[in-house]
Amino acid sequence: MDLGQINPLLLLASLMVAATPILLAAIGEAVVEKSGVLNLGVEGMMITGAVVGFAIGVNTGSPAVGFVAAAAAGAALSMLFGVLVLYLMSNQVATGLGLTLFGLGLSSLIGKPYEGMKAPSMAKWDIPVLSDIPVLGPILFRHDPMVYVSLIIVAVTWYVLTRTRAGLILRGVGENHDAAHALGYKVIRVRLLAIAFGGACAGLGGAYVSLVRVPQWVEGMTAGAGWIALAIVVFASWRPWRVLLGAYLFGGITVLQLNLQAAGAAIPVEILAMSPYIVTILVLVVISLRGNHGAPGSLGRIFHATH
Amino acid sequence: MTGDTRHQNALLTLEGMTKAYPGVVANDQVSFSILPGEVHALLGENGAGKSTLVKMIYGLVKPDAGHMTLRGESFAPVNPAAARSSGVTMVFQHFSLFNALSVAENISLGMDNPPDRRALSARIREVSHAYGLPLDPGRIVGELSAGERQRVEIIRCLLQDPKLLIMDEPTSVLTPQEVDILFETLRKLTAEGTAILYISHKLEEIRSLCEHATVLRLGKVVDTCDPREKSARQLAEMMVGDTLHVPFRESAEPGAVALAMSDVSMTSPTEFGTSLRNISLEVRKGEVLGIGGVAGNGQDELLAVLSGEGRAQSGTIKLADEDIGMMHPNARRARGLLTAPEERLGHSAAPDMSLTENALLTGSVREKLVKRGFLRWGKTEQFARKIIKDFDVRTPGPDNTAGSLSGGNLQKFVIGREVLQRPDVLVVNQPTWGVDASAAAAIRQSLLDLAHHGAAVIVISQDLDELMEISDRFTALNEGRLADPVPTQGLDVETIGLMMGGGERETAA
Amino acid sequence: MIHLEKRPQPSQFWAGFTPILAVIATMIAGGFMFWMLGKPPLEAIRTIFWDPLFHETFGPYSRPQLLVKAAPLILIAIGLSLGFRAGIWNIGAEGQYIIGAICGAGVGLAFYPSESVLIFPAMVLAGALGGWIWAMIPGLLKVKFGTNEILVSLMLVYVAENLLASVSQGLLKNPEGMGFPGSRNFRDFPAAYNAELISGTGMHWGVAAAFVAVIFAYVLLTRHMLGFQVRLTGEAPRAARFAGVNPSRLILFCLGTSGALAGLAGLFEVSGPSGQVTIDFNSGYGFTAIIVAFLGRLHPIGILLAGLLMALTYIGGELAQLMLGLPAAAIQMFQGMLMFFLLAMDVLSHYRIRFNKTVPA
Repeated sequence: MDLGQINPLLLLASLMVAATPILLAAIGEAVVEKSGVLNLGVEGMMITGAVVGFAIGVNTGSPAVGFVAAAAAGAALSMLFGVLVLYLMSNQVATGLGLTLFGLGLSSLIGKPYEGMKAPSMAKWDIPVLSDIPVLGPILFRHDPMVYVSLIIVAVTWYVLTRTRAGLILRGVGENHDAAHALGYKVIRVRLLAIAFGGACAGLGGAYVSLVRVPQWVEGMTAGAGWIALAIVVFASWRPWRVLLGAYLFGGITVLQLNLQAAGAAIPVEILAMSPYIVTILVLVVISLRGNHGAPGSLGRIFHATH
Repeated sequence: MTGDTRHQNALLTLEGMTKAYPGVVANDQVSFSILPGEVHALLGENGAGKSTLVKMIYGLVKPDAGHMTLRGESFAPVNPAAARSSGVTMVFQHFSLFNALSVAENISLGMDNPPDRRALSARIREVSHAYGLPLDPGRIVGELSAGERQRVEIIRCLLQDPKLLIMDEPTSVLTPQEVDILFETLRKLTAEGTAILYISHKLEEIRSLCEHATVLRLGKVVDTCDPREKSARQLAEMMVGDTLHVPFRESAEPGAVALAMSDVSMTSPTEFGTSLRNISLEVRKGEVLGIGGVAGNGQDELLAVLSGEGRAQSGTIKLADEDIGMMHPNARRARGLLTAPEERLGHSAAPDMSLTENALLTGSVREKLVKRGFLRWGKTEQFARKIIKDFDVRTPGPDNTAGSLSGGNLQKFVIGREVLQRPDVLVVNQPTWGVDASAAAAIRQSLLDLAHHGAAVIVISQDLDELMEISDRFTALNEGRLADPVPTQGLDVETIGLMMGGGERETAA
Repeated sequence: MIHLEKRPQPSQFWAGFTPILAVIATMIAGGFMFWMLGKPPLEAIRTIFWDPLFHETFGPYSRPQLLVKAAPLILIAIGLSLGFRAGIWNIGAEGQYIIGAICGAGVGLAFYPSESVLIFPAMVLAGALGGWIWAMIPGLLKVKFGTNEILVSLMLVYVAENLLASVSQGLLKNPEGMGFPGSRNFRDFPAAYNAELISGTGMHWGVAAAFVAVIFAYVLLTRHMLGFQVRLTGEAPRAARFAGVNPSRLILFCLGTSGALAGLAGLFEVSGPSGQVTIDFNSGYGFTAIIVAFLGRLHPIGILLAGLLMALTYIGGELAQLMLGLPAAAIQMFQGMLMFFLLAMDVLSHYRIRFNKTVPA
């Protein structure tokens, strides 16, 4: 094999692209879990976002419209989950699984006619001046807008969670829903909003796969990215900047193994292809050695106001 | 003051407040009034309707009927925020702090228009010192002691300049010394014109603090009085509506050492728990050892290390000379050490399982309810029926779930389940917490009877009156350490307070 | 205003009735979906639920298929239900199914073309062992380090799929297959073939194993201490520890059992109905079994019925694909909907709906 074929600059630049879908899904899920709800349907919302974003993008010729539609679709699907777990008090784990299975079916139903089509291309933004910086320019500042949007979402999420009253209320609801209720906060409403945000982010992440990363529609194309996003939230201890770190680390591994495959490394393709999943398992093990610090106190518990 | 003048000068009046839940009328035509600057006691047993009533005042529960006025104007808060903006605040007994958030964040969440972070922290420091309840706004609440956590709640209320402060069982988590500090704070507040609605079932406290009392029984106002003019016994009888049964005890000579712990330490398995440190004690046959202490000082952990849910180092716990420190729960049960944890729903009983299944939960070994791994349901049901009959558990039958029982009935079932297995040593945590007076009396009596028949009994409780009543020797837990036990007879409140506050070690050494 | 009030006792009636209600609701919603897709709704529903069993032409072919499809679903769902009841979430049954199939088939193929009667039993053992080992990975990680079993077991599905791709093109590839990926076909290897036991019924060893698993689970849950411990752990984990349940042992038991059963399902499938190890021989049974477990209310008898029903939707779905051109994905959605309706209606067994007249305060 010829490792010389792997260009470290391109590798780092494509790392950001590879990480963006997971980053989007994970930051959304982090907010959902901060509010005390565990939504295991990320994969289902992502794949739905992927197909809706692609279909709308193809039909309108505008990736931007596609992304908006994908966010709306993700949020709409998440509301199904929200109503079930918040109003009908169903088990969150089971309902999340159901959402994933449902989303996979829904997406392949919608996606059938779009198989083999090509996505409308998305212009890259060469940020003036910055993109001309040697080395850093191509790595950081020559991407499509969604890469920057995802970074903005992380920054805003961090700001809202730690610096604003809305964020404090959300954390309070996730930490102890009975106390939040006793103080007069609308637990269900706060959680519903958080779930919708998580769904929209997952939808965006999915659309990024089908509109930018691949870019076409293939059944089941998110291939576990939603589950990896869930793992990254745990890795990040529910902190936004660490979600970013986790997603980029993971993006790096994905890109590296793809590059090794392309370079014809002596390692069998299947071993390379399974490496992201094995790395995720290893990371989860390392995290659990440290203990689950920072998990919201009410995570996964059913809230039922007794009056 | 006559009723009419009370009414005219009142800060808050309640008229015909009624709230029904399916199958039970929680409040039935409750009327009374609270004067400005008054400490008004709301007295009643568990289930008398105190909580529902204050939740209506605080806007958490909508009344079915009735009318309230605050300073002469109609008052119908739609939610707690509305109540707070009218000057009504509340300190809860449970459930209103966020462990993983800081003191300042917790306080901020309880306010409607909190100032920015820095200003809020400064205010917290200032107000908490002014009222003698110092607090560091940056600390994480989960790491505070129970007393400090209550301060957070009180400061949260005080920062909003309340006209009426509602306090639900505020002293259940405090040492006697901390109670004194609290009462001082409350007196300071009333001097400034704030009224306090004080909910408690601790009669001595009410007698020393309150000027007026409204007594509730089964959702109705049954009496009002000036508690300073009544004896505790009179107040209790107003509350229960019956003459009280005082447990009867025959003193027996304590026998051989049944259980000995020497230098037991255990790290708490929970994030905000208290680790046990160098605990040593001995309890003899026929004796009741009372362990007092403020909640959260290692009570759950002490029970866990004895039940076998937690493991001690080998050689540190001996049951009749046998080392059991490393044994699992059922091995300990087989040898005669039984336990009953504090939390009934989900710990000592599984709420959604039937009473028969709950009888199996701890009874499988000693009652031989399992044969080669297979369950003997018939025999298990008989055991459940026996518990229900012998301990007067009110339920349609053993097929009903544990969760469908009232607190008192379930506790009778849990204690009965252990007592009927004839333990050599029984350890109970908070045996009468949240239990009505008649069930509490029955439970205490059964513990005394058990000791009389030669078992060693350890009662961990936060109810000092209970411990004084039934235990032969007394000790207290403080931050995971145990004071040296002393005979209960002739024990004064001062010493008890010192033991609970951890000051006893110096004096006793 | 409508509000929910927790029942003091979960309702037995609703617990049994909600699955039926969920099926009816799914038929209505599914019919609506078929109508949206431009298919005649009633005919589609009839094709899915009626024709496979009673149609003159298709019935005789479809009826045996019912057992063939239901067996792996039931086998896997029974295992999963034990864990689900105890709050242990193995959602990687698909991976355990694949590994079971690879291990079992591997043992068989290693002895090709032996005619020993011991081959098939050895394959069964290897299949169960393979699934067991694959499930023990999340089990041991959870017990030793507290790692989340949901994520680990799921990640291992992707690892297993890659392994499957690898062996079907390498290690287990048919040396006489003229370069095509995929193993030898077990139909040509009688000693290792999981043939129909009674011809024309679809009854093979996997079906027998599924029935045995149902009985085994039923006895375990209702009569045995271990089953009681499983239920207790799910209802009240703290009470379980108090009652002397060793949580680690229980986790390993539940994950191990479900893994072994999924592995068995994979082995019976690969050596029988599927016939060979191919890159995509797995067809999502491991995930559909999750729906089956819930639809059956985690109860062995319920799972038996739910597995048969779900198998019917598979066969009926294929028929509808053939007859009406209904897309395969529509059936997948149909199954997802069923799960949602079921979870939504669960509320009725734990809560009572009250329409109360609130007096404005």
